[in-house]
Amino acid sequence: MDLDLIAQVFASATRLATPILLACLAGLFSERAGILDIGLEGKMMIAAFAAAATASLTGSPVFGLCAAISASLAFALLHGFASITLRGNQLISGVSINMFALGIAGLTGSALFGLSGRTPNLTSEQRFSNLCLPFHSDLGVIYRDVVSGHSAIVYVAFGCVLGTWWLVYKTRFGLRLRAAGEAPDAVETAGISVARVRYYAVAIGGVLCGIAGAHLSIALSAGYTEAMTADRGFIALAALIFAKWRPFAALFTCLLFGFVQAIGFQIEGVVEIDNRWLTTLVEFLEASFPYIMTVIVLAGFVGKATPSAAGGIPYTKER
Amino acid sequence: MPQLPRWAENVLVPILSVGLAVLFSALAVLSIGESPLQAVQVLSYGAFGNPYNFGFTLYYTTNFIFTGLAVSVAFHAGLFNIGGEGQALFGGIGAALAGLWLDSTNWIIVLIIGLGASIAFGSLWAAVPAFLLATRGSNIVITTIMFNYIAAGLLVALLSNVLKPTGSDAPRTRQFAQDSHVPRLDQVINWWGFDIARIEANIIFLVALLAAVGVWLFLYRSRLGYEVRMFGHSNSVSDYSGQSSFKITMIAMAISGGLAGLMATNAVLGQQHQLSLGFVGGAGFTGIAVSLIGRSHPLGIVLAALLFGALFQGGAELSFEIPAIPTKMIIVIQALVILFVGAMENLIRYPTVALLTMFRTRNGRWI
Repeated sequence: MDLDLIAQVFASATRLATPILLACLAGLFSERAGILDIGLEGKMMIAAFAAAATASLTGSPVFGLCAAISASLAFALLHGFASITLRGNQLISGVSINMFALGIAGLTGSALFGLSGRTPNLTSEQRFSNLCLPFHSDLGVIYRDVVSGHSAIVYVAFGCVLGTWWLVYKTRFGLRLRAAGEAPDAVETAGISVARVRYYAVAIGGVLCGIAGAHLSIALSAGYTEAMTADRGFIALAALIFAKWRPFAALFTCLLFGFVQAIGFQIEGVVEIDNRWLTTLVEFLEASFPYIMTVIVLAGFVGKATPSAAGGIPYTKER
Repeated sequence: MPQLPRWAENVLVPILSVGLAVLFSALAVLSIGESPLQAVQVLSYGAFGNPYNFGFTLYYTTNFIFTGLAVSVAFHAGLFNIGGEGQALFGGIGAALAGLWLDSTNWIIVLIIGLGASIAFGSLWAAVPAFLLATRGSNIVITTIMFNYIAAGLLVALLSNVLKPTGSDAPRTRQFAQDSHVPRLDQVINWWGFDIARIEANIIFLVALLAAVGVWLFLYRSRLGYEVRMFGHSNSVSDYSGQSSFKITMIAMAISGGLAGLMATNAVLGQQHQLSLGFVGGAGFTGIAVSLIGRSHPLGIVLAALLFGALFQGGAELSFEIPAIPTKMIIVIQALVILFVGAMENLIRYPTVALLTMFRTRNGRWI
């Protein structure tokens, strides 16, 4: 196999992994603090819409990114209000967040642009362009295609892995965050508000999903199309469980999932399979790979994925 | 916090929560510069105004009765089955196989085998997550979500390779033969010598009503149903009284999945007469809203399913009459209902408790 093709696969894997990785880290903050988050998809979707709509109206991708983060943060805080303050069911809240995002993006889209379920196509000035790192074309094809040549958000995402690891494992806030998910009573006994820690966690998740959504609509593609997140929020959820809620494992899982997807795109059209049943099997496994792996890990057949002990349980101070 | 009296918990709180959702929906309509009152008028005419429209309302209602019942049976066992979408998809494969193999016979055979196959396929798709929960402790919510996507991946792969007719590019099966089409309600009524216009709902609507009665009998009049509800209330009481948690989990999820699978017969055998992508159309998730509003009681679910059926049919008419209000409005309303009735019910419950406490009698009884 030639080097160009390998570089292409890895480059495409990196780009595909980025939004999943950011959403996965978002879920990590939230779930480590004890708030289950199946609304990653919805937050990414509303962010993708807000980014493309704002970039189209103002002409600036930076404003687009800010709008994406604000929209996603608002949805995250709504989830937080329902789950933390009102002690509601976190799963049901997540389901409604996902629907709400799809509906609001569609409604606002047709009210603003008169296009059903999408924004106008963005010009290259309205998008994040791909960066060329120093020595872009001097260090070989792997450096040129895989390391260099992505949008800024890709590098931000990889930086976020390190940041997440540092924040969760090496800071006082991180200790409190993990404790809020494992033993909220202990956090409260230490005089720290569980609710506040959980709100911070949910808000950080909102910001990360906002960046992920912006990446989809104003870096990877040129505008929002209906439901363009294409279940990436759920792949991120799968990756989070597969990675057992750890940041570096999340990075490798997302790269693995991105890699499988990239290989899938590469072999499509190249490899011809005559057998219809074999084609069915290959296409099925390719589409369902992250989900099947997650079920296997969740069932403890390969290691055991244990979520935070207090995850999903509303915390009540006075008992 | 004190428990509310039953009438407040089961009627007042849900109604006020739906009221909040309606209020916010009205604000959404206002914000795009349309009149909410006119929207309600158009919507109700679109849903109930004439037999043809009402037929579509009943068609959607049928779907939502099945998926709502599916969510509620699992819920009574303390399990959140979010996988109705996938179970319905998988049930659809069963229903379609019945249609493809037997459509040279007649509709009675196709219907009976189709109902059986969709129940079996739906149950199977719910039984795997149930088995993994009961034996390996897998979180049922996550597993059923994953199974939604695994089913979707399987359906796409099957439709685009083996189930589509040879030579066709579209990912859907061939149309089933005319004789195998399950009769619509107007055709059934016209057998008795009447002459009424087309009603889109078919006799599977009656199957849905029977299923609601069946679920009621199962939950509230059978020993097994009692055990399921006991397990849902308290796993430990259930354990101490000698119930097998494995058995209860498997049974509750199999029934839940079977009900979700039945939804597919209505869409595949009753209306589209072929298997295509997206025939579930979110009915599995709407089932969550239906079950929440219906308070997981079969009667409540039938009424809530009618409400959502009217919303879907009326919403489609609404976007046709007033193009400024797209069908996405219905998704927003649905999301608001799930949010206020399901996730934020304490927004209503806390003030209700405070208010009713003021009127509590001296000996601590509710008025």
